[in-house]
Amino acid sequence: MSVTADFSPKPFHFCNICQKVIRKKEKGVSVQRPFSSGPSAFIPEDEVVEASQVDPQTEQLLAEAYSPSGCVDHLTQVMGLHPHYLESFLRSQFYLLRMDGPLPLHCRHYIAIMAAARHQCSFLVSLHVREFYRMGVCLDWLKGLQYAPQRLRNLNEINKILAHRPWLITKEHIQNLVKTGEHSWSLAELVHAVVLLAHFHALASFVFGSGINPQVDAQNANAFQPVYISNCYGCPSSTSPGATDSVSELEALMDRMKRLQEDREEDEASQEEMATRFEKEKKESLLVGSGDFEDEVMPTSRGSRFVEDATFGYQDFARHGEDNPPTFRAQDYSWEDHGFSLVNRLYSDIGLLLDDKFRTACDLTYYSLASHEDVDTTMLRRALFNYVHCMYGIRYDDYDYGEVNQLLERSLKVYIKTVTCYPERTTRRMYDSYWRQFHHSEKVHVNLLLMEARMQAELLYALRAITRYMT
Amino acid sequence: MEKMSRVTTALGSSSISGRTMFCHLDAPANAISVCRDATQVVVAGRNIFKIYALEEEQFVEKLNLRVGRKPSLNFSCADVMWHQMEENLLATAATNGAVVTWNLGKPSRNKQEQLFTEHKRTVNKVCFHPTEVYMLLSGSQDGYMKCFDLRKKESVSTFSGQSESVRDVQFSMKDYFTFAASFENGNVQLWDIRRPDRYERMFTAHTGPVFCCDWHPDDRGWLATGGRDKMVKVWDMTTNRAKEIFCVQTIASVARVKWRPERKWHLATCSMMVDHNIYVWDVRRPFIPFATFEEHKDVTTGIVWRHQHDPHFLLSGSKDSTLYQHMFKDASRPVDRANPEGLCFGLFGDLAFAAKESLISGDASRKPYPGGDRRYPIFFFKKPNPTEQFAHVSSALSVFESSVESRHMDWLVKTARLYLLSGKPFAELCDHNAKVAKELNRPQVSTTWTMLRIMFSDPANLSTPGPNHIGKLGTLPLMNSFSMKEMGTGLVAEGRLERSKGESRQDNLHLEPGNSLINSNNDENEETEGSEGQAEYMFGDAELDDDDLYSMEHENHAAEEQEYTLPQEAFPLRHEIMDNPSAPEHLQQDKADSPHASGNEAEVMCLTPIESFSLISISQPLFSPHLPAQFFCPVVREMLIHYAEQGDVQMAVSVLIVLGDRIRKEIDDLTQEHWYTSYIDLLQRLELWNVSNEVIKLSTCSAITCLNQTSTTLHVNCSNCKRPMSNRGWICDRCHQCASVCAVCHHVVKGLFVWCQGCSHGGHLEHVMNWLKSSSHCPAGCGHLCEYT
Repeated sequence: MSVTADFSPKPFHFCNICQKVIRKKEKGVSVQRPFSSGPSAFIPEDEVVEASQVDPQTEQLLAEAYSPSGCVDHLTQVMGLHPHYLESFLRSQFYLLRMDGPLPLHCRHYIAIMAAARHQCSFLVSLHVREFYRMGVCLDWLKGLQYAPQRLRNLNEINKILAHRPWLITKEHIQNLVKTGEHSWSLAELVHAVVLLAHFHALASFVFGSGINPQVDAQNANAFQPVYISNCYGCPSSTSPGATDSVSELEALMDRMKRLQEDREEDEASQEEMATRFEKEKKESLLVGSGDFEDEVMPTSRGSRFVEDATFGYQDFARHGEDNPPTFRAQDYSWEDHGFSLVNRLYSDIGLLLDDKFRTACDLTYYSLASHEDVDTTMLRRALFNYVHCMYGIRYDDYDYGEVNQLLERSLKVYIKTVTCYPERTTRRMYDSYWRQFHHSEKVHVNLLLMEARMQAELLYALRAITRYMT
Repeated sequence: MEKMSRVTTALGSSSISGRTMFCHLDAPANAISVCRDATQVVVAGRNIFKIYALEEEQFVEKLNLRVGRKPSLNFSCADVMWHQMEENLLATAATNGAVVTWNLGKPSRNKQEQLFTEHKRTVNKVCFHPTEVYMLLSGSQDGYMKCFDLRKKESVSTFSGQSESVRDVQFSMKDYFTFAASFENGNVQLWDIRRPDRYERMFTAHTGPVFCCDWHPDDRGWLATGGRDKMVKVWDMTTNRAKEIFCVQTIASVARVKWRPERKWHLATCSMMVDHNIYVWDVRRPFIPFATFEEHKDVTTGIVWRHQHDPHFLLSGSKDSTLYQHMFKDASRPVDRANPEGLCFGLFGDLAFAAKESLISGDASRKPYPGGDRRYPIFFFKKPNPTEQFAHVSSALSVFESSVESRHMDWLVKTARLYLLSGKPFAELCDHNAKVAKELNRPQVSTTWTMLRIMFSDPANLSTPGPNHIGKLGTLPLMNSFSMKEMGTGLVAEGRLERSKGESRQDNLHLEPGNSLINSNNDENEETEGSEGQAEYMFGDAELDDDDLYSMEHENHAAEEQEYTLPQEAFPLRHEIMDNPSAPEHLQQDKADSPHASGNEAEVMCLTPIESFSLISISQPLFSPHLPAQFFCPVVREMLIHYAEQGDVQMAVSVLIVLGDRIRKEIDDLTQEHWYTSYIDLLQRLELWNVSNEVIKLSTCSAITCLNQTSTTLHVNCSNCKRPMSNRGWICDRCHQCASVCAVCHHVVKGLFVWCQGCSHGGHLEHVMNWLKSSSHCPAGCGHLCEYT
């Protein structure tokens, strides 16, 4: 284990943003708050606000955000920590919801509600219920799913599959929706709907993962329990008992990354070994975290009226002693080659926007890791992205899944698994327990990666099913 | 070595023979390659790696290179290439990043020779040097290209593209040292194999990934590239800047491109998604493929010309697990099926028509267009190019100008303008529309409206039976003379009229108590549509009564009706502005409008009793009491469908709106939606925005009404700080100032804000109106003379 000798004892040796936070705290502002007032329950308010004030580009972008609630909503505020990404996110979301497309506007919001309700994400549900009201048509749909037309109700089947077990989607599902009949969907409409569903499932992950506070009435509608208030903001204070541990944790991670980069050539794993590593990672992801929640919680939130078959939840891709669905080979159906072409063909221009968004999310880097500058984080980002895909059974032939094991610690894996697979169970403790010495903006970055990886995984499965239907 | 001797085997096409044939593979193919003497082909994919011999009649499996009980990922090939010099040498690119070479001369079962695992990501492409035996190039997802000397254990040089993943690498056929690489970000780079430090040249070829590139086999400077943007481009690389000389637009992203041997202008392409065909293009004719092979059932993943000097054989592998040999003579030629005729309407009803010259000249002598005026035939000639194998078609273009009178759409526009669809009692609407139709010389439509009024004007609660109408059969002569008089033009002009009358007759027939008898009678009538005379007389009485009545009534009311029309068009628009009223202002707004509206209604109200009373009293004997209006619905439905099929969707939609709930449930939503969209489209093309908006508003389909909700957002900037106001239209979130204040009452305007376009002062609609009644100056005191009209 490497030593922390080069570390100065200063408690605020981190980046600019953090330094400010810490100095402020030292002036006596440091209070343990549940952060119910700020945009996020996990991130101190001043950190988010400060970031947006520091960066003029951010502010301009936020102004453009033009959200319905009048002010820039919490989600945008938190995402504004990464203005570069926020821009492409908002652009694609605006296109999905507002610009010309195959689906009528109110249907788009209704689909968004349906998608968010699957994860009991009251933040998104109420946001889009408000939007739906503004449309002023078909208001009785809001009474619940059974009041919506059959056509939208038919979408529920792929909604729930995509939300929880996307690998189960088959061309028969597509066929059922598209086959001619009274309530049929055109392929273009279906693609639009699928992109909307994937977008809002993933966004729900982000909302829970970063603990976005509800917009108006705090606490009551939210799924977070304010019980999980740890005395750690992410920046370890000198009194924090885990300080030295976490510092060495960071060092160890850096060390491992460096070693992986150097040893790559020498570490000549056999092909079988590589395959086993993927399987192992897949299997291991079962054990991570899921055990604590054996009892299925029935949703009681306000979104539940938009949910049918609420008991359908996440099940692990690789279950012991069962016939597992075949692994999805990323090389055979990739976003760049296949997904893009299909999406763009049926719903023009969305492919470009999504492509831009995926690319921005994957390439986003500040060449820093916690307190370290000049770090190539490519490996870490790729490990996060591929780990999510691995849980969804998507395998990259050219990736050594041993890296995941080395780079992602267990608490982080628990967090990833929770955020991507059943985001509604995310807690502040999970958020705080991994990477304790990292900045909040970096954790948001992790969330962005998880969100995009999840969205891409869902899209790949759905689009592959559509392709199979078409051929 | 400097000057390369062209390795020509000069194989005449005579020595290769075969036919279009295919064989099933066990798994989808990713790539294929052919050995130099064109006798064998290797197929590679995720789960397949086999060599087939090309025989006269069939493919014969020669060798399975995928050996071992648990084949490793090294066998999972993204690409394969057979060396063009050394017939035992193969190279594959594996999805896990390995580059593998295979030596078929090895005695053991496993032919694997060398394994290079230097790439970190999937290797997309391998390429042997065309003349150098030991030189192999690879391009990978990790953004690097590596050059291997097969006599050494590792790569001799690495080229970093400094941009994204490499999708294709190709050695130049003519330039010993040059190779081209295409990238996922749309760039193409040219490298010198001796200088791994930086590229010689780079240019952006496509938007989005460039999936493939191919050097022209004969022409030194030509490079063809294909990309996800569905284009194939040919670049001239001899000049300083790469110049795009040809561009072919295909219908799907281009996965592979291969120049056709011995044909300078031809290249073959296949696509990555959706489209399964292989196209051969003549780059000079980019709009239609020269030849198409349509055999594959799933996307084609690999294409290769069987022999480098034979243009007649094309091999292809596909995701549908088949391997095909296509004979060029068996290809389908889209140009043969293409229709060399074109037809287009101009803005003012002119008609341009292009057709084969032969066709036109024949026509000219016969003078077959009595309606149009054939003015100037123009002939285009393209200089025939002997090297082009395309069929040459010369077409003649004729333009027909329509005379002003023969604008056939006039009636549609007028009808659309004059029809009333709402705002009055049902009967009046029908009458009005009947009259409009009549004035436009459309008696059939007019009659339909009248019929509708009679059918649906709720007479059911009156109990007096009217058994006397059979008796009226006796008054034949009178009826006859009447209908001739009233409908003379219609009977002559419109043949269709009779049909619809037949249908209406049918309704009336059902009134008879002896149903079965009449039905058979009715059937006869339907069959002998030509002989309408009899039936006409039978029910002419109904028409007589109505027409009598209405001709009278219309004269009486004509003037008044004109008056309604105008306010009706001017005012309902205001009600559509729904501003999410959360303030009482809106109520005031309503009040402000209400005088007009109520005034209108008052007039209508006082008219209604008279009208409906007279109506009922007349139509009463025609209906037996046990026949509710629903009784006619099937017939009306048929009628609407009939109109829609005849192309008069206007009638269908108008009737649908006017009848409203009476008929809506009879017709399924999709059909209704279809009619509405067609009519709205028509109206919008004719720039009848008001009418189209009214139709949208009145429609009952949710899919149509929400059309009004699209692009209705008005973005407002604060008048103080000039920032966009995001929340409410009247208060700025930033400077917390009220943006729009009424110049009269100095309160915030939250609903409609009317302002003078001269001085830009304004306020509440009601206030400004009142103010300007008493004063002609601007209420803000700016001295401008405002006007409210």
